[in-house]
Amino acid sequence: MAKNTKIPKIPRTPKLAKTPTGISGLDEITFGGLPTGRPTLVCGTAGCGKTLFSLEFIIRGAMDYNEPGVFMAFEEKAHELATNVASLGFDLRTLEEQKLIKLDYVHIDKSEIAETGEYNLDGLFIRLGYAIDSIGAKRVVLDTIENLFSGLSNQGILRAEIRRLFQWLKEKGVTAVITGERDGPSLTRQGLEEYVSDCVILLDHRVIDQISTRRLRVVKYRGSLHGTNEYPFLIDEDGISVLPVTSLNLDKPVSTQRISSGIRSLDTMLTEGGFYKGSSVLVSGTAGTGKTSVAASFVNAACERKEKCLFFAFEESPQQIIRNMKSIGMDLQKHLDKGMLQFYASRPTLYGLEMHLVAIHKAIRKFKPKIVVLDPITNLITVGSVSEVKSMLVRLIDFFQSEQITVMFTALSLNTIVNEQTDEGVSSLVDAWILIRDIESNGERNKGLYIMKSRGMPHSNQVREFVISENGLDLVDVYLGPEGVLTGSARMQQMLQEETGAVLHTHALSRKDREIIRKRTMLEAKIESLRSEFESAEEELNKVYVEEDIKKAVMEENRKKMTELRKGNARDILPTKKNRK
Amino acid sequence: MEKQYQLRLYIAGKTSRSITALNNLKKYCEEHLKGQYSIEVIDLLINPQLAEGDQILAIPTLVKKVPEPVRKIIGDLSNQEKVLVGLDIKQL
Repeated sequence: MAKNTKIPKIPRTPKLAKTPTGISGLDEITFGGLPTGRPTLVCGTAGCGKTLFSLEFIIRGAMDYNEPGVFMAFEEKAHELATNVASLGFDLRTLEEQKLIKLDYVHIDKSEIAETGEYNLDGLFIRLGYAIDSIGAKRVVLDTIENLFSGLSNQGILRAEIRRLFQWLKEKGVTAVITGERDGPSLTRQGLEEYVSDCVILLDHRVIDQISTRRLRVVKYRGSLHGTNEYPFLIDEDGISVLPVTSLNLDKPVSTQRISSGIRSLDTMLTEGGFYKGSSVLVSGTAGTGKTSVAASFVNAACERKEKCLFFAFEESPQQIIRNMKSIGMDLQKHLDKGMLQFYASRPTLYGLEMHLVAIHKAIRKFKPKIVVLDPITNLITVGSVSEVKSMLVRLIDFFQSEQITVMFTALSLNTIVNEQTDEGVSSLVDAWILIRDIESNGERNKGLYIMKSRGMPHSNQVREFVISENGLDLVDVYLGPEGVLTGSARMQQMLQEETGAVLHTHALSRKDREIIRKRTMLEAKIESLRSEFESAEEELNKVYVEEDIKKAVMEENRKKMTELRKGNARDILPTKKNRK
Repeated sequence: MEKQYQLRLYIAGKTSRSITALNNLKKYCEEHLKGQYSIEVIDLLINPQLAEGDQILAIPTLVKKVPEPVRKIIGDLSNQEKVLVGLDIKQL
């Protein structure tokens, strides 16, 4: 019955324990490091960095993880090793004195050894065991154990003993790195990979088109996930850095914050003032269209906002860029002095594409800029094919996004037909694409700038004329006339023409104005004369009235006088009046 | 003047192979170097730190320190011919 059948619980086996190598990048690829307590084979051709790899494993273990290590060298003497890594800033002698590292040089000289009869390698076991126990080592390196084969002739014994050695190392519980020289199709000359089957790392040093690239690949990692790609790595003053080339997810944080492009008119074309923070911008154009100037003004604006910028120059030297930008009114030197700006100039042919990628990574991690400019990415083509450059840029953009760095690439279009040139195929990856193109007409060459795309924001669809002057960069509206787009002197001519028209127009206007004033004056004069006419008529009329009044008054006076005179005595008049009252 | 031979035999515990080697060595010395040799047996299980000095890998190893040149013979020394040549007792 289904009810009674019980599924037996599968006991959960512990996950494979891992020992971090401390080599930057490798622990990401292997998701934690090398298998703890097991041997790992590191193989590669001569000069690919096996010894350095294993030595760094030991040193990092001792310094960063407090795991003492034994380095058993079959090739180089202890003091040679110490000298070799001193250039990388590791002090082997001090570590040895602190009992964190033990170097043991195993010397085999075939000329002084004779073999007779049966033997085993107990001597080596005892030496190694003694070295491990004396410092309590957790890590062991055997570099390169295959050298035993050149010193001893009985291969049968050697193979059996090496197999026993690896078994013994496992029992000891130490994490071991065994190096092996690659020879032809097999991973190691003596087939060590047969014995070491837990983890195999292959180092490679390839020269393609005279440019060398170091690569690392985890061939096998039993019981663990691991990155399977070939990862480029770099050996420099900080040791090995491996670059995990692709991150698989697309879950980067995004920002809605805008940052200015440094050209005000371009910011207005982009609406709301510039590019998104953390986005990628491509500026492409044919030769001499001012791509570097656009990039420099972007950097200049950022530095003025107190944001750190890193300028990767693959074409011009920093001094050249500073001088050239000075001529268009940008002083990059002061930002450089303040430490806001840093140049990283290198010839593309200096090393391979992957190396550039690693170098860019390192420079960015060191300087921690907010803005990065790569000028121009097209020069990288000289060291790789288009598809290689593209894959590199994909990873680079990915990295910038995860670090929230706004990046501006410049790209040289070799083809004047815009749509055919896809700019190393990155145009689909970038968030904004600004294109500067030549507009050739009327015997002159002018520059037109437009925004091909700008993700997530409304933007102008207009072609603007891109003008570089000693005051900096500016965009001017181009004139769209019946003959098409007007730029340069044609635009100036058009502007002049319109200006003349405007002057004429104003002139006409003012003439009309004067006419009106004149008319008004005339009318006003007329009104004035009519008024005076009226006044005189009025006066005439008034005169009659006044005369009438005067006449009346005089007549009255006269009548009174007459009356008085009739009464005869003027003196009696007043008393008479009084009597009447 | 007779040469004085200083021989060291490195072993790891009293294994049969070690004993065979020691016995073989003693036999050859008695035959060819009577009175002019000394044998020092070093057991690496007891003194593991001594392995590094003489660059010992294989067990058993016979080291001839004196007279010069230094020679090492590894194995159970079963081939008398080879041992004698190795110790420069017998020329080829």
